[in-house]
Amino acid sequence: MVTRGFVGRRQPPETGARIPPGQYLTDDFPILQIGPNPTVDLATWRFTLREGSRPIKAWSWDEFEALPRTTWQGDIHCVTKWSKFDTAWEGVSFDDLLADAGITAPTAFLLAESFDDYTTNVPVADLVNGRAMVATRYAGQPIHPDHGGPARLLVPHLYFWKSAKWVKGLRFTNVDTAGFWELRGYHMYGDPWREQRYTGD
Amino acid sequence: MSSATPVTEPIVFRWHQAEITAIAPVTPQVTSFRLRSELAQSYRAGQHVDVRLTAEDGYQAQRSYSIASAPDGSGTLELMVEALPNGEVSGWFSEAAEIGDRVELRGPIGGSFSWDGPDGGPLLLGAGGSGVVPLLAMLRRRAQVAPEIPAALIYSARTRAEAIALPELERLAGDGSGFSLHLNTTRDAGGRRIDAALVAGALARIGRPGKVFLCGSNRFVGAASDLILAAGVPAGVIRTERFGS
Repeated sequence: MVTRGFVGRRQPPETGARIPPGQYLTDDFPILQIGPNPTVDLATWRFTLREGSRPIKAWSWDEFEALPRTTWQGDIHCVTKWSKFDTAWEGVSFDDLLADAGITAPTAFLLAESFDDYTTNVPVADLVNGRAMVATRYAGQPIHPDHGGPARLLVPHLYFWKSAKWVKGLRFTNVDTAGFWELRGYHMYGDPWREQRYTGD
Repeated sequence: MSSATPVTEPIVFRWHQAEITAIAPVTPQVTSFRLRSELAQSYRAGQHVDVRLTAEDGYQAQRSYSIASAPDGSGTLELMVEALPNGEVSGWFSEAAEIGDRVELRGPIGGSFSWDGPDGGPLLLGAGGSGVVPLLAMLRRRAQVAPEIPAALIYSARTRAEAIALPELERLAGDGSGFSLHLNTTRDAGGRRIDAALVAGALARIGRPGKVFLCGSNRFVGAASDLILAAGVPAGVIRTERFGS
């Protein structure tokens, strides 16, 4: 349906190919979350892998920082329509977490769990083979609490609500289980290139 | 899926046509648009919609806007659009839109940032700038269905002239129902930002809040969250919505 009088602002070709449908480029780093930043104390911080309710492996902050490091640079896309180019992250890859725990993924799905009780679901296939990390640095610095520090999930090929802020663990689930936003109409998978914002997209 | 799992209908947001039925200035930067849409049947105060505009060649742009109205059975809902510099969608609204024009909407989106009478109170609201729009919807809803619930709005605007819906908010604050308005302006003479005294003043009027909703810029929402937590309000009752930069 054409909107009378709407022309729009096209992206230049060099950036247009990097912008998923319905997104626009921002230089800011907008902040979106459901409540206040939780208080996270590195002295008591733990990151825990679980299968259902059973803990598999937990790391203290110092133990986590001693794991092999991974870096990633690229573009991120938020369901609220902004995209940001050339973001630089450092952390521990999902592969290295599993290796340090001495396991292979016990199920095909998991829920990322955060200190503010936020959750979001991601298929394991989207985390392995270098596709995701638990990030502890952004642009060379510790991640600011506004952006999910001290540690956040980073799954940059999916809409950014999947990259849970203030993450405290990953819980493997037998079935793909909706998290906070997925229960409220957001897409179970969230591929920005297929514009999977909401259920049914 | 086990039989013990509660089954809920998945929420599906479809695009709906909407027609502009009224346009009115709110402040020098903000304009009110009434839109007739199916969506007007089924939203909660505080929720937002995605607006999609389509050019002749099929190019589309989308943005999210909070709903300013409370559900009122009129078949319409109200959006308030702030004209942003070079705004792709807000520019169309502020420069081209006319009564009878059609856009597409989907939603309502944002289940956790919403309020209705049965959710109770007391209700502490904090808004920076155009972040007042979803909170205005909540106050309109309260006035309709639960005016006995104590409520306070801490509203930080640049100037009185830029404060959205100020006459309506002042009228609601004077209706004797227990709603208090705590306006601070940052750019007027003697201006101030939100501070502990403003928060204490609002809490003194309503008592311990059961629901807190904060909406505005990062800076505003961050400052307001910290002050309200420092005043002893538990984090679990605070819901936030922030916009750009």
